[in-house]
Amino acid sequence: MIEISKFIVGFLILLGALFSLVAAIGVVRLPDTYTRNHAASKSSTLGVLSILLGLFMYYLLIDHHANARVLLGIVFVFITSPVAGHLIMRAAYNMGVPLWHKSVRDDLKTARKAKKRR
Amino acid sequence: MKTNDLIFQTVTKTAVFIIIIYSLHLFFSGHYTPGGGFIGGLMTASAIVLLLLAFDIKTVVNSLNIDYIKMTATGLLIALLTGVGSFFFDVPFLTHTFSYVDLPVLGKTSLATAVLFDLGVYLVVIGVTMTIIQTIGETE
Repeated sequence: MIEISKFIVGFLILLGALFSLVAAIGVVRLPDTYTRNHAASKSSTLGVLSILLGLFMYYLLIDHHANARVLLGIVFVFITSPVAGHLIMRAAYNMGVPLWHKSVRDDLKTARKAKKRR
Repeated sequence: MKTNDLIFQTVTKTAVFIIIIYSLHLFFSGHYTPGGGFIGGLMTASAIVLLLLAFDIKTVVNSLNIDYIKMTATGLLIALLTGVGSFFFDVPFLTHTFSYVDLPVLGKTSLATAVLFDLGVYLVVIGVTMTIIQTIGETE
């Protein structure tokens, strides 16, 4: 039992670390602000959630102690992190940060133009 | 330009409750685990700051309707009175005590009078932080 628990905990934490690494590589490698935020907000959220879940499983299975604060942290990060990404990107778009030069469509721009014409 | 803050405001309504509950947890658990009046007060103040960010200052001031300067004064008075209270039991100033009580739901709990002093710290921290932030926010 304890070996299976250790395997689950180790798997979750390593998976979370891997997702965080992928997010960091994405932030370095991707071309513009929007794609970078796409990598950072999604992948690092999942990475943090996996690490916290691994931590919760560690306390639950090995220390036999249900740590509600970690669960609250999981819920909180899951709710707030995408919204933070959304707000940063909206601020960037309103500031006029350009898209990558190979981007093919900008739906928000056409929608705003249509609204202005009306 | 008036922006559409629907996502931010909806998430704020949920997140504020989580932050306030967690700050109360930190406040009450300060005797045996990390936490206490200072950090609990800062977290409650941060929940109010989140409200200030998501909604405009008029909405928050109207809905909460707290005079933070009076709140600071109340906190200082509570902290002082817990110190004065020790005089009635013929012990030095700011002597605190605790006892184990069987509460109906929580079971055996140790109730310390230090939590009253911490309540004073909690109110002072919220009051001072919110006074600073609201004063800076109101000046044009």
